[in-house]
Formats: sequence, C-alpha cells, structure tokens
Amino acid sequence: MLKNRIIPCLDVKDGRVVKGINFVELKDAGDPVEQAKIYSDGGADEICFLDITASNENRETIIDIVRKTAKECFVPLTVGGGVRTIQNITDLLLAGADKVSINTAAVKNVDFVKEASKKFGSQCIVVAIDAKKVSDNKWEVFTHGGRNKTGIDAVEFAQKVEENGAGEILLTSMDKDGTKSGYDVDLLKTITNNTNIPVIASGGVGTLDHLYDGIVKGGASAVLAASIFHYGEYKIKDAKEYLNSKNVSVRL
Amino acid sequence: MNVTIVDYQSGNISSVINSFTEVAKGKANLEVTSDIKKIKFSDKIILPGQGSFKSCVDSLNQIKGLVDTLQEFAMTNKKPLLGICVGLQMFADIGYEEAETKGLGWISGKVSKIDNQKGKFKLPHIGWNEIEIQKESKIFKDIKNKSHMYFVHSYEFIPEDKSVISAITTYSSKIVCSVERDNLFGTQFHPEKSDKIGLKVIENFLKL
Repeated sequence: MLKNRIIPCLDVKDGRVVKGINFVELKDAGDPVEQAKIYSDGGADEICFLDITASNENRETIIDIVRKTAKECFVPLTVGGGVRTIQNITDLLLAGADKVSINTAAVKNVDFVKEASKKFGSQCIVVAIDAKKVSDNKWEVFTHGGRNKTGIDAVEFAQKVEENGAGEILLTSMDKDGTKSGYDVDLLKTITNNTNIPVIASGGVGTLDHLYDGIVKGGASAVLAASIFHYGEYKIKDAKEYLNSKNVSVRL
Repeated sequence: MNVTIVDYQSGNISSVINSFTEVAKGKANLEVTSDIKKIKFSDKIILPGQGSFKSCVDSLNQIKGLVDTLQEFAMTNKKPLLGICVGLQMFADIGYEEAETKGLGWISGKVSKIDNQKGKFKLPHIGWNEIEIQKESKIFKDIKNKSHMYFVHSYEFIPEDKSVISAITTYSSKIVCSVERDNLFGTQFHPEKSDKIGLKVIENFLKL
C-alpha cells in the first residue's frame, strides 16, 4: 500500500535556514545541509528546500546547498523558489535535486510546465500553486507570496498544469499559511477531487491533527510542514506515530 | 572492480551517481560514462532511466554502438546489469509510452500504463510503497519483506514469464517492482532514493 508522505520544508535565504530547528544536537542552526540530514535521518519521506533569496545573483548558493545535501541525504529532494528557466532546472537537477517546484513561471506561462516536463519527465516537475479564497468554494491563484492577484481560478489552473505534464501539485493556502490553524481542507478537497495527480498539502499546520485532516479530509497524498518541525515542537517520528495510531498509513 | 553507470543523457542521474558513490567508497571504481570501450571492460553496469520509455530508448540509440555493447555485456557475456526505473522497463520487447516503441527485448514482455481504475488512483504512483518479495533475489539479501521503497512512475513492466519477478508492490493493482533473471536485475523503484534500505540494495548489487 502506498504510504502518505510527510515532507518537512526548509526555507532558505542567502544560504541560511530562515526558521531554524532548535535541536540541541545542531552545531549550526542555520545550516540547511545539516538540518536536511537530521530530517532525513529522522524518517522524512522527502525533503523540500524553498529558496526565498530575493536576488538572482545568489542562485549559486542554493545550488551549492543542494549539491552538498544530495551527497548525504538519500531520500527525494525537491527545490523550489525562483525556478524560471530550463537552465534553472538543469542546474538544480545536476546538483542533485530530484524534483523542482515551479510557481510564478507556471502562472505566467503554462507552456513552461509543458516544456519542462517534456524535457525532464513529469516525475520531477512539481507545480506550486498559492491559492486564496475569494468567495464560497472559489479560490484564486496568487503569486509573489500572496501579494499578486492573478484572476486565475485555482481549480482550472490545477487542471491545466496537470494537462501540461506536472507530476504533482504543491498546494498552499495563502489564507492559512503561517496561521498554524490547519490546512484549508475545503480547498484541498476541491483540488484533489478535480485532478488526477498527487497533491501535496501546504500552509497552516500547527498540530499533528492538522496533518491528519490534510490526508484524510483533504485527500492529500503528502503533507508538507515547516514550523512545527523547525521549532522542534514535533519530530518527524512523532508525526508518523500519531498518524499511524489513527490508522493513516505511513512509512515507519 | 569496475562499475559503470551508463550516462546516455536520459535525464537526471545525479542521485544515482551520489548513492552509488556513497556505497562504492573504497570498494569499487565507479565510472559515469557512455564510452563504449569503458562499458565493455566493466564488471558491472547500472542502466538508469528517467522520462518516457520512448525518450530513453531514443537516447540509447543515439549513441552509436551502445545498444550492441550493452547486449553483448548482458546477454552474451552474462555480466551483472542493474536497470533502474525506465532502465528496467527497457528490458521489455515493447513500450507504449508516448508512442509504441521497441525495447531491448531482453526479458519478453511489455510496458503499459498502470490501470488507475478510471481515476480512482492518482498517477504517477509516487511515494513509498512496500515490496512483496516473490522469490529469493541476490539484491534483496538481508532486506526484509514489506520494506519500503520509493517509487515514481506511471507505466509498469509486465513480463510474460512471471518467474522473473522478484518482488511486486500493491497500488491500483499488483505492480512488478523488481525482476531477476541470471545476471539481469531491475528495479521499478529507486534504490538511490530509498534511504538506507535502498543503499542496501545497491550494496548487494555491488557485492555480487
């Protein structure tokens, strides 16, 4: 039976983890490579890096981090943030990323998703959709961390990226992100019911119960969380044991 | 011992290189190449594969003499070869991804799309799934039945001779996840991405 995945996400800015884990065993709380290794040793099913570096000049930094991480972590590694060109993808994959997550560039031009999945295979193309609720059962795609409204319906967009070869959707609720009040389960349910590719739930996790909701109520194939793991409130193992105790199948 | 990872521009093989490098440390010389001479003199070969069946077969065929060299290595000289993901799928006679494409024909069978029961199951089949070992396999030495491996694929290999199947996994149906016939080994899952247990599979192959 296919297991539900738990994916810790590390936000990286200029080569440093923005919200670090407070584990005592950490030598350098800001070192993404060390943190990724801790997650991987702790049973993370995949690792996600989100590069929030503002400038383009610093792209080499994330590539270097990916290169180092990939030599130590032998679980899938997804990298997102600033992926705009085929060359960006090539660089990340050559450095050792297994998947890249495309956000703004996919919204601007869905043909980019098509081109990328044709060239590299759907298995490594994740499209990150940031959605915000605009009315009852209606969500719109936003870019630039929720600042820019696009007028594009989230469901239609999700279907469109699937048609264009995306292998997975990383769905973030901009209303919930950072609130620790749980995923937007209605949004998740709507997207998972209307697409045929796996959806990774993101945005809003504050408790282990939220992970349960994302999978069981929202229909997500994987759950992504940042802060509950970063601050050491829970370890990956805690999350897995909790889900397992509630009959959600995970890789233990 | 010389081990070659065949680099035929089949997409992203960095993870395969990283994991084999990790396991081979001090045990084997690892080459990543499409140089036919080097492949000929290898003791073992890893044939990775990402993207579609068609794109992988096309890429193999683009390197002059590569298919013949692999054929001689695996079928005539019977030296150990491990195919990973589409690398395994290409053992088949024929594949149906993108367009009907002839495979290497080493193990009779076909590669077709996973029946996802009219959308009841999401495709690709992505994530960790349990292997159900069907027969003793050298690459599963010291690996427990029901161990988790990492999968990402939408097509499956269906061999005619079921005795080659060393493990299956259960998704929308029973899917072949590894084969072994004499010197030929193949995994549908990605040992290079399957954590410590995956590295163990690689170690077993290198120890053959």
